[in-house]
Amino acid sequence: MKYARFTLSLIAAGLLAACSSAPTTEGQGAAVEDRSGATGSGVDANRVVAVNADAKYGVANHPELTDPKNILSKRSVLFDYNSFVIKNEYRALVESHAKFLVAHPKMKMLIQGNTDERGSREYNLALGQKRADAVKKALSLLGVSEAQLESVSLGEEKPSCGDASEACWSANRRGDMLYSGEF
Amino acid sequence: MSMNLRIPSFLQSAAPACLLALASSLAQAQLAIEITGAGANRMPVAVASFEGESALPRAVTDVVRADLERSGIFKMVELGPSPMGADAPVDFGRVRSRGADAVAVGTVSPSGGRYQVQVRLHDAAKQVSLGSQAMVMSPNQYRTTGHRISDFIYEKLTGEPGVFSTRIAYVLKSGARYELQIADADGSNAQTALASREPIISPAWSPDGTRLAYVSFEAKKPVVYVHSLSTGQRNVAANFKGSNSAPAWSPDGRRLAVVLTKDGQSQLYSVNSDGSGVLRLASSSGIDTEPAWSTDGMIYFTSDRGGSPQIYRVPAGGGDAQRVTFEGSYNVSPRPSPDGKSLVYVSRNGGRFQVTMLDLASRQTQTLTDSSKDESPSFAPNGRMVLYATEVGGRGVLAAVSSDGRVKQRLSVQSGDVREPAWGPQPRN
Repeated sequence: MKYARFTLSLIAAGLLAACSSAPTTEGQGAAVEDRSGATGSGVDANRVVAVNADAKYGVANHPELTDPKNILSKRSVLFDYNSFVIKNEYRALVESHAKFLVAHPKMKMLIQGNTDERGSREYNLALGQKRADAVKKALSLLGVSEAQLESVSLGEEKPSCGDASEACWSANRRGDMLYSGEF
Repeated sequence: MSMNLRIPSFLQSAAPACLLALASSLAQAQLAIEITGAGANRMPVAVASFEGESALPRAVTDVVRADLERSGIFKMVELGPSPMGADAPVDFGRVRSRGADAVAVGTVSPSGGRYQVQVRLHDAAKQVSLGSQAMVMSPNQYRTTGHRISDFIYEKLTGEPGVFSTRIAYVLKSGARYELQIADADGSNAQTALASREPIISPAWSPDGTRLAYVSFEAKKPVVYVHSLSTGQRNVAANFKGSNSAPAWSPDGRRLAVVLTKDGQSQLYSVNSDGSGVLRLASSSGIDTEPAWSTDGMIYFTSDRGGSPQIYRVPAGGGDAQRVTFEGSYNVSPRPSPDGKSLVYVSRNGGRFQVTMLDLASRQTQTLTDSSKDESPSFAPNGRMVLYATEVGGRGVLAAVSSDGRVKQRLSVQSGDVREPAWGPQPRN
């Protein structure tokens, strides 16, 4: 067995030195800048859909959404393996959020679907979408306007739990509900 | 035969590109290659030290020998330190006594501030020249020049183009940081095109190698971007309501197949690379995803329309979808070979996810790996190797396997997970 190590070349080091890290244009900045979502400069300008609603309709004006004693502070719906059906135990939770959204038509919700880590990332992205869509459909059937809802998928990319165990995988088969101001 | 080769334009544009920002992340991100399997009958080849190459910062021939050895189809034969010039008579007796079937010799001579490199390849048994090549390089281009020489030798000896001058893209995850990186096919010269605290997946090279499409989650949802590697500028290619993912370039580089959920479940569409002109490519009542354009005008994709995820294809211009895989209950991530004759994908076999090759004419399948968490296969532009992501010791690594399953390489970094590889096209001269 051969083992070859290719060390960092002087060319790359020279290139580095030649490159200023200070962005000279918006576009060049995009090449090297940290992207956290909160500071997506250059991205927002081109967006087709603005998911961020007006701040005054955000979660900050509704303490009930983050009060641990209020059911509305619970935001996750867990799914069984290979299932996209909302279980009975989450019915009250989904109904509470539907009631809140109907009462506050300017509030928007982003529903993020998630999967466990097994298999193709892109196929899992599509499976996560089915979970987000299931939550969205339940909310719609309870009277929430389509315009308030967006369902998206994070696939296997944002696990809440990182072990390769069934306990962990089931925690990752999840739909999360985020309100304006949280996304 | 003698031909003059220009240093490719992508190199000339490398400096202004300024794709990289942080030297510290670079050193840590350096990919190391380990060869874990070689061909059965490796051809013994010698690369003599080139006359005059000691004037360069590093020997060009070191790069060539490492390239050829790594390919898994050549066995390098040592000739000792004495250089052999491109036009000097070759002592074939000595070359043969060391066991080499072919020998490369060369001369590096200063020419202005640059160097002229002349290479000649000889068949040691027949004692005839197989051809020569000349190129001009600046002193710090020894690595690129070495890869070009390796491509020349590879093509002369195998009849197929080499891929030593190509680049790969992949995502490096270290802690909570994601970096989309570009490196030479041997793992050197890693550069960061995008750094983010949110995931980046599914990088896809434009056919001319100047742009990458990918999916970034920086907006709390998957959005498809197209990123120019020479300028660092990027644009949104798909950000519709819902999820946007799985970009795949058309062979002419004008269109992107993407997966959108704007009309319901994950379905196939195509858009111009600037995001305009959205068209539906196929329709089903299930999930359609992971499109891949073949050179013969088909789009291969994953669909669960039949109950389990299987691979289908549809003519890019529209038409009926046809099922391609039938064995097993989980076949995903299809990539057609550059000649369109075979298909590589990931198949679940008894709980193991493995890279599988399907000969489209004979319908024969072959499992190419013995690992169990394989993902994201992609062909080298000459179709001889498949690059994919897998896991070793709980860490994400990249691996490459020859299309016959014999030659195996592993590419990993000292710390962090490497994933989502995509093998880039041949550089344009």
